[in-house]
Amino acid sequence: MSDQKDEKKTNRRDFLFTATAAAGAVGVGAAVWPLVDQMNPDASVKALASTEVDVSSMQPGQSLTVLWRGKPVFIKRRTEDEIKKARTVDINDLKHPEKDEDRAKNPEWLVMLGICTHLGCVPLTDKGDYDGWFCPCHGSHYDTSGRIRKGPAPTNMEIPKYEFVNTNTIKIG
Amino acid sequence: MSDHEYTPSSKFGKWFNDRLPLLTLANHLTDYPTPKNLNYWWTFGGILTFCLITQIVTGLVLAMHYIAHADMAFSSVEHIMRDVNYGWLLRYVHANGASMFFLAVYIHIFRSLFYGSYKSPREIIWILGIIIYLLMMAAAFMGYVLPWGQMSFWGATVITNLFSAIPLVGESITTWLWGGYSVDNPTLTRFFTLHYLIPFLILGLVVLHIWALHVPGNNNPVGIDIKKPSKDTVPFHPYIVIKDAFALLMFCIVFALFVFYQPNILGHADNYIEADPLVTPAHIVPEWYLLPFYAILRSVPDKLMGVVAMLSAILILAALPWLDTSKVRSAVFRPLFRQFYWILVADVLILGYVGAMPAEGLYLLIARVATAYYFAHFLIILPVLGWKEKTTPLPLSITEPVLGGSPNLAAARSDEKIEKTIK
Repeated sequence: MSDQKDEKKTNRRDFLFTATAAAGAVGVGAAVWPLVDQMNPDASVKALASTEVDVSSMQPGQSLTVLWRGKPVFIKRRTEDEIKKARTVDINDLKHPEKDEDRAKNPEWLVMLGICTHLGCVPLTDKGDYDGWFCPCHGSHYDTSGRIRKGPAPTNMEIPKYEFVNTNTIKIG
Repeated sequence: MSDHEYTPSSKFGKWFNDRLPLLTLANHLTDYPTPKNLNYWWTFGGILTFCLITQIVTGLVLAMHYIAHADMAFSSVEHIMRDVNYGWLLRYVHANGASMFFLAVYIHIFRSLFYGSYKSPREIIWILGIIIYLLMMAAAFMGYVLPWGQMSFWGATVITNLFSAIPLVGESITTWLWGGYSVDNPTLTRFFTLHYLIPFLILGLVVLHIWALHVPGNNNPVGIDIKKPSKDTVPFHPYIVIKDAFALLMFCIVFALFVFYQPNILGHADNYIEADPLVTPAHIVPEWYLLPFYAILRSVPDKLMGVVAMLSAILILAALPWLDTSKVRSAVFRPLFRQFYWILVADVLILGYVGAMPAEGLYLLIARVATAYYFAHFLIILPVLGWKEKTTPLPLSITEPVLGGSPNLAAARSDEKIEKTIK
C-alpha cells in the first residue's frame, strides 16, 4: 500500500508484460508464416515460366490456343478487317481504355491470356457482339483487340510478356 | 442442464460417474424436457445429425479409394464406380447425401424463420447454425471439385476467382489459394485436405449448437416461454426419439429414391467429362443448393459489388435476431409477418430458378428484382413490421388453447387430439 504512487505509473512489470507479449507475437508470426506460405506457388510451378510456339502454319483469320502456366493463351493472326475494326474505335467508348497499338505491337498478331477477367472462364473465339470473343459464363463481350465492350468483366483480357524469337516462333513468358 | 440430481443405480455406475459424469450426461439427454407441441418441422435437427454422420462415414471409405491428383482423380472416381465393391452405392450416397443435407438444412432454417427460433434467448444457437451452414457450403463446394470433371474444374475456377475481386491483394490471394497460376494439382490436393477436415469442424460446432439449445430448451410452434419440466413438456426419450425416428424413416425413403432411381438427376452431365483447362463448358451452373446466391452474384453488374452482395446475403442472416424487432416469436400470432414470410420463400425459390438460367434478358431483370426484395425483407420489412404489426393475443401456456381459454386454436391444432387424451 505504501507504493500506491508507483502502481499508477508504468513500472518494470508493465514493461516486462509488453516485451513478453511482443516477443511472443513475433515468435507466433514466424511459426505461422511457413504454414501460410507453403500454399503459394512452389519452385516447380514457377520453373515453367516460358513456352515457345511455332506459328508458321497460321493463316490470317486463324487462331491458336496454347497452354502457358496452366492458362490458355490465345494467338490470333488478325485479318485486315479485324485490325481496322480494332484501331478505329473511339478510345473514350471503352470501359478499360487501351489503344490497340499498345496491345498488339505487330498489328497482325494478337497474343493474350485467354481468360475472362470476370471470373476466369475461357471465352469463345470469333463470337459476341463485337466479333472478337464472348464469354459464355456470364456474358462478357470482347472486341477484336480483346478489350471488354459489354458485360460484367472489369478489364480487357491481359497481354502476357512475349516476343518473336524469329518470324515463325513466339516465346511467351 | 437438468434440474434434478442424478444418481446411477449400480455401484459401478456410481463409482464411474463420480469420476467421469457420462451417465449424468446420458440422463440429461434422455430426460431433457421438450415442449409437447413440437410438430414435424422440429424433426430436422435429428435428420441433419443423421446426414452429417452419413457423409462422414461414406466419405471416410471413399477416401480409401480416391486419389487426389490431377492426373488420376477422374479415373479413380470411375474406378470407384466400376471396380470397388459397392463403390457405386457409396459414391451415390455421398453425392446425393450432400443434396439431402442441404434440403434438410433449408427446411431447418426456414422453420426457424417461421417460428422465430432465432430470437432471444436463442441468438447464439442461431449464429452457430449460420457458421455450420457456411462450412457446409465450403465442404460441398470443395467436394464437388474432387472428381476433377469439367464442372469441378470450372466451378473451382469461378469460385476462387471471386477472391480476385478484392482490391489490391485479390490477385495474390487467388494465386495463394491455387498454389499456382490457375486451378491445378496443388489446388486439388489442398481442397481434398480441407474437404476431409471441415466435416469434423462441423461436428464440433453441432455439439456447441446442441449444448446452446439445451440451455434455454426448444422453441415451440406457439413460441412462448414454458416452464420445464411441467405439464407443457414431455421427456426427450421416448416421446421425441420415436417421433424423430419416424420422420427420419420418411426422409430416408426420399433419400433412397434419389440414390437408387435418379442418382445423377441433381448433378451435371458435364462432370463426367475430365477437366480441360482449355475449354469452358457452355453453361456453368453450381449445384442446386447454391443457386439463389449465384443469382444474386450475377444480378449485380459490377464484379466486386456482386461478390459483396452474395456474401452479404448469407451474413445478413447472422444479424437477423436484431433486425427482427418483434417481441412475438411464432408467425402463428403475426398475421402480416406470415404473409411476408411466404413471399420470402417464393423470392428465394425464384432466385434459385433464375440462378440456373442464363444471365440475360428477362431472367436478369427477375434476378435483380428478387435480389432487391431479398435484402428489403431483412433490412426494411422486418424492422418496420416489429413496430407496426398488430399481433394476435398469445396463450398463457401450451396447454391453454386446448382447454378452450384462448381464441388461438390454430396454434396447437395439430396436437389438439393428443392433448385431449392426456387430459
